[in-house]
Amino acid sequence: MSTRVIEVTDLTKKFGNFTAVDHITFDVEEGEIFGFLGANGAGKTTAMQMLCGISMPTAGAGTVAGYDIIRENELIKRNIGYMSQKFSLYEDLRVWENIRLFGGIYGLTDKVIATKTDALLERLNFREERNTMVKYLPLGWKQKLAFSVAIFHEPKIVFLDEPTGGVDPAMRRQFWEMIYEAADQGITVFVTTHYMDEAEYCNRVSIMVDGRIDALDTPAELRRQFNADSMDEVFRQLARKAKRGD
Amino acid sequence: MKTLKFLIEKEFKQMFRNPLIPRLIVLFPTMVLLVFPWAVSFEIKNIRIDVVDHSKSTYSKRLTDKVSASQYFILHDTPPDYNTAMLNMENDKTDMILEIPSSFDVDLVKSRDSEVGVAVNSVNGTQGLLGSNYIMQIVNDLSSELRGELTQTLPPQLRASMMHMPKIDIVPQYKFNPALDYKNFMIPGFMVLLLTILCGILPALNIVMEKENGTINQINVTPVSKMNFILAKLIPYWAVGLVVMIISITLSLLIYGLWPAGGVIAVLISAIVFILSVSGLGIIISNYSETMQQASFLVMFFILILVLLGGMFTPVSSMPAWAQWIAAINPFNYLTDTFRMLYLNGSTLADVSGNLLALGVIAVILNGWAVFSYKKRG
Repeated sequence: MSTRVIEVTDLTKKFGNFTAVDHITFDVEEGEIFGFLGANGAGKTTAMQMLCGISMPTAGAGTVAGYDIIRENELIKRNIGYMSQKFSLYEDLRVWENIRLFGGIYGLTDKVIATKTDALLERLNFREERNTMVKYLPLGWKQKLAFSVAIFHEPKIVFLDEPTGGVDPAMRRQFWEMIYEAADQGITVFVTTHYMDEAEYCNRVSIMVDGRIDALDTPAELRRQFNADSMDEVFRQLARKAKRGD
Repeated sequence: MKTLKFLIEKEFKQMFRNPLIPRLIVLFPTMVLLVFPWAVSFEIKNIRIDVVDHSKSTYSKRLTDKVSASQYFILHDTPPDYNTAMLNMENDKTDMILEIPSSFDVDLVKSRDSEVGVAVNSVNGTQGLLGSNYIMQIVNDLSSELRGELTQTLPPQLRASMMHMPKIDIVPQYKFNPALDYKNFMIPGFMVLLLTILCGILPALNIVMEKENGTINQINVTPVSKMNFILAKLIPYWAVGLVVMIISITLSLLIYGLWPAGGVIAVLISAIVFILSVSGLGIIISNYSETMQQASFLVMFFILILVLLGGMFTPVSSMPAWAQWIAAINPFNYLTDTFRMLYLNGSTLADVSGNLLALGVIAVILNGWAVFSYKKRG
């Protein structure tokens, strides 16, 4: 029995009368690649932000990396990495400066940062781009860099909010190779996506519809349950019930 | 504490890479100190005046000459009657009318007493008041000149009695700004204005820019402490403010020969405390705003209040009670007062310690609020 790194019960977030996330309950095991699927506006990002401690739940309880999501949100932050939908490295800082900044924020020393930066740039084949301002990098490269920065401090869990939006299939493929590498190092990956082929890469997926989790299992099991050939079809069967539009 | 180093490093890099800010820091104080002290002045000069001379005598001619020779007046016309002059004023060709009665010379010689009529366009109240004061001075001047001359022509016994007539003159001594140079009074105020604008507006736009770029979320998911984040935002503006002050102090010495009699260190110390408070205000505004547009409007609104109720243009003591209450919590007011004391009165750090204490309290409150209002969790 492996340990659960994320456990939530009846997690809810309301904005006024609107219930963005409606009593969701699930858990994620250590080392897992957990896919968090749903149509636009289904509440994925809000749910993820509650887990990361930047959004206060209206109701419900849970732990992330062993810390309470209501009271110990700042402790959670020491143990997670986060890469958001909206690309959010500093555009006006160079590649190495972004790495250094976030390394420093997580308490790494100058020396450790310098060594790790060299190794990282080497691994990504980014040596030439060391001094490039981030705003001049192509989108696919920015996403790779953002992911690398998110796991630079070796967190227990990394949250990825639509990490591969807007790039070509080859680039997405490379990105998923990076995700697998991270998972091999024992980092739990919590990822939201729109791409159903990516859902197949996950160990388990949950599908959110109108703020609720309507299905949660391995891709193979979901296909069997819904009597479908692909995750795409599973998703379409579920999404048909959705009342919220885009 | 170690995190702070990385954050400050980042803020400085971003500031220097901004295409505008480094230039602004140098150009802004230069422009303001080169241009404004000449233009923003309550000294009224070049008042246009019509002289209606019914007397047409030597004395009235002397009065007219004296008026036109004064730097305060421009002799616009000498119309034959008052109505023509009034028409000029109505058509905004002249600001003032001096009417010399036909009996001016006779009265002066016979009874040693005469009257002149003055009409002033007081739409601009300051101009009206100062203009009539200037004319009064000129007339008094002439009358004492004439008195001297006429006394000479009197028979000796009468002259003796004239000598015994009491004559009271007020001789004002202008302390601390002997040349009554309005620029000397305004320049310390302009320095405060510069600090307020640069160190108030820039931080107000800073955090909200991170919100718009989405980078704030990336910061919020890290364990960075609120205090460190806000401090890293504040400290670069200290540096900006100090650079602005050094430029301002140097320029006002070179151009206007103005040097703080109370010591340049005292000026810099009070500037540092002040910068902390306006930057704190800027960050509070940034925390409550979602967009750059909101933040810019809010910061403009607050800066207007700070400046207009801050005693730079009009003395706080002549404001209504409610405005004086606002001035009592207005950091602008305390620094303007402090700079004027240091520059003009030659006060020392000890003399301005009351002001510094007030600024310090305001700074602590505002920055406490700035840290409090920065929410890492929505």
